[in-house]
Amino acid sequence: MKIIIAGCGKVGDILIKDLTAEGHNVVVIDKDSNVLQSITNIYDVMCVCGSAADYDTLIEADIKTAQIFVAVTGSDELNMLACFIAKKLGIEHTIARIRNPEYNDNGEGYNFIKQQLNLSLAINPERLAAHEIYNILKLPSALNIETFSNGKFEVIEIKLKPDSLLDGTSLSELRKKLPEKFLICVVKRGEETYIPDGNFVLKAGDIIAFTAEPSQVQRLLKKISKLQKQARNVMIMGASKTAYYLAKTLIASGNSVKIIERNKERCLEVSKALPNATVIFGDGSERELLLEEGITSVDAFVSLTGMDEENILVSMFASSQNVPKVISKVNRSGLASMTEKLDLDTIITPKKIISDVIVRYARALQNSAGSKMETLYKIMGGKAEALEFIVEDTFKSVNIPLKDLKLKPNIIISGILRGRKSIIPSGDDVILPNDRVIVIATGQHIDDLSDIIK
Amino acid sequence: MNTKMVFYITGKIISTVAILMLLPITVSFIYSETTSLLCFSAVAISAFILGGVLSLVCKSGNTNIYAREGFIIVVMAWLSVSVIGALPFVVSREIPSFVDAFFETVSGFTTTGASILDNVELLSKSMLFWRSFTHFIGGMGVLVFVMAIIPSVSDRSIHILRAEMPGPTVDKIVPRAKDTAKILYLIYIGMTLAQIALLYFGGMPLFDSIVHSFGTAGTGGFGIKSTSVAGYSTYSKWVIGIFMVLFGINFNLFYLLLIKRSKSAFKSTELWTYLGIVTISVIAICANIYSVYGNLSATLTDSFFQVSSIISTTGYSTTDFNTWPTLSKTILLILMVIGACGGSTAGGIKVSRIVLSFKILARKIKTLSHPRAVSTVKIDGKNVDEDTISSVCIYTMIYAICVIAIFLLLSFEKTDIETNLSATLACFNNIGPGLGQVGPLSSYSGYSAFSKIVLSFAMLMGRLEIFPIIVFFAPRSWKKGR
Repeated sequence: MKIIIAGCGKVGDILIKDLTAEGHNVVVIDKDSNVLQSITNIYDVMCVCGSAADYDTLIEADIKTAQIFVAVTGSDELNMLACFIAKKLGIEHTIARIRNPEYNDNGEGYNFIKQQLNLSLAINPERLAAHEIYNILKLPSALNIETFSNGKFEVIEIKLKPDSLLDGTSLSELRKKLPEKFLICVVKRGEETYIPDGNFVLKAGDIIAFTAEPSQVQRLLKKISKLQKQARNVMIMGASKTAYYLAKTLIASGNSVKIIERNKERCLEVSKALPNATVIFGDGSERELLLEEGITSVDAFVSLTGMDEENILVSMFASSQNVPKVISKVNRSGLASMTEKLDLDTIITPKKIISDVIVRYARALQNSAGSKMETLYKIMGGKAEALEFIVEDTFKSVNIPLKDLKLKPNIIISGILRGRKSIIPSGDDVILPNDRVIVIATGQHIDDLSDIIK
Repeated sequence: MNTKMVFYITGKIISTVAILMLLPITVSFIYSETTSLLCFSAVAISAFILGGVLSLVCKSGNTNIYAREGFIIVVMAWLSVSVIGALPFVVSREIPSFVDAFFETVSGFTTTGASILDNVELLSKSMLFWRSFTHFIGGMGVLVFVMAIIPSVSDRSIHILRAEMPGPTVDKIVPRAKDTAKILYLIYIGMTLAQIALLYFGGMPLFDSIVHSFGTAGTGGFGIKSTSVAGYSTYSKWVIGIFMVLFGINFNLFYLLLIKRSKSAFKSTELWTYLGIVTISVIAICANIYSVYGNLSATLTDSFFQVSSIISTTGYSTTDFNTWPTLSKTILLILMVIGACGGSTAGGIKVSRIVLSFKILARKIKTLSHPRAVSTVKIDGKNVDEDTISSVCIYTMIYAICVIAIFLLLSFEKTDIETNLSATLACFNNIGPGLGQVGPLSSYSGYSAFSKIVLSFAMLMGRLEIFPIIVFFAPRSWKKGR
């Protein structure tokens, strides 16, 4: 599929990487020829130098042959205008990044813009990131949580501590030890990811992703690792847009939030917008300030400044002060992969979240004939994918017990949602039409539910 | 440096050349030339095994290639392909000396068309075919061909494309390098087939049509007669002449025409300058040689053919332009240096660089009198960035240095200055025949083995636009950790 990406900032860059890896033909538009030069050196894409909203530039990018137009320049207005012009030039799907709270706060206005501009998607990376952080704060033992079907089903990533019950046990033994219904889907050990079978022995230091019935998650986590309470008392460093959205959601669900910001004007703005938050004017990288504001007694510390390095360093300090849950935002993906070796709890990369959304959108377009793909998450630091499908009539292998299904290697069916019931599948379960099926796969490209069958 | 990847791709290329030898094998089969059949088969089989083993041994997980690897791969590929391509000549004893065979093959792959053979007609049909087929392969590029057919080697294969494709800037015409290579090759093959058909239906024998079309497509110029194309009909001369001009045009423009964006294709400054130079040169030479011929149509045919042959750096000839007046010969020498458009199969400095150089010069003169003037260089209505400007200047400079160096190295020969200068220019710009003792009716056989090797490298430098060769031989490229 031909996809045009306008704007090569941090988001554009990761989009180019992910979409070319998906096998799409990507054309990149940017104003800066130097940026384009380095992009062509790294990725197999075509570049056009010019403004995203310029008719001539779009014609030069041969927009008529493209299917998706993604506008992710730094300016919301330019993104909207570019999508509008692209639409008028005959492109079917337009996606714009609209991040300014003015356009986003009011749901009605947001929907109006989206409808009037005929946008297929309007993406707000900060809001998505805030939402993800919020999910993790609800269940701090997890490194990462991905939700399916509006939270009816969750894939939870945790890191095994040496004292964990799971350390040194094989999965079949584990079944006997724990009565709860759960399924360990993927294990990441060092650089390798595995889809484990019954004989697989877990070790401390492994990162595992598992699914469980939502009602049993808390009990299960209590047994397999030290359960941390839901974070009620959160300190946020940096009053960025993400911080604003996060604080808003946290306050709305009755938590206490403290925001530290070094820009006076921004402090005022935020305190006006969020009267229930405690806004501290000061430098979050000052040790004294953090101690004074009680970093030792908070449930969670979230660093959300615009500086990746600062976020990483202050998070490390927070960890050393025994803050139970530390989350840091790292924007540059190169840096994020370097921090893997550091003992940081959870790292959030907002642009990765957007990329997942757009990759999913492109894939769903490709398989419009087969079962509908609802959700796609890259989990385990991008090493595995979790996908949600709605089973259509075209899917052949319904009503066959899973143990008799011939699945391709490195694929696991990790959950089935039937109506309001969520099933943690065992060998005797079957897939029925209209079910929602959650599949986890490593090292392959799945467009359609039928792709998982040999 | 990723040495494994360099050898992996080199291996792939060697195997590809081995497979391409199936064509001359078929030809030798058709004309039942047993010796050539055996020679080609032996070389092809051993090259296929060598290439296969090389790419198998050097297959590695790390497929990253950067600018440096791109340069090195290109030079490695061209050197190994030239050596392997020369073997059939040596093994069959048709060109017994290896240096001669190497010169001939380099001349073929680099689409130069300079020959050491005094009497071409002695060669067997399959050898003649192979000679011209090397033009066809080398014209668009060995690596571009490999990229078009093998599954994507690396995301960064643009570095290979850039190192092999001529011209100051290399643009992709579609997002994927592989698809770009494919489209370019399809246009290339399509135009060649059209030319074969036109020649064949114009009365030229099929073998001759194919061989001459290969020579034209790659802008090479190996003929199969000692008199080049002089013996063919006026119709054939015009077909070849016009196709030589066409193959000198940037292939991206043909693609724009194909996707019906002719407006942007016809906006190209380079195209109009190129056609302008051709027209003016033809008129000037016509006026200059009319008194010799006394016949307008023959004058026009010969001057057009020679001009299109030289500016597109092909090197076919319909007459011995050695006997022309000095003005005409000088014009031809200048055309040798200019060459055709970037992104075509031709050699030379390239019209786009010449146009840019003049614009840069004009800007410099302007800033001399208005020191505070801020001005940009524009081409086709677009700003040219300073990087491209400086690389154009540097290219022209290094071009001049190379010409002087090669000229100096040739001066040990007994030949006169006109011969040496024209030999330098004709080889370095991938044309083929020069003036004096290397004129269109004579050959390079008079030069010593040393000079032949110098000229072989001159041809490679000209085809790959100098820098890859320099990077390849620079010691720092091979040092670890650089």
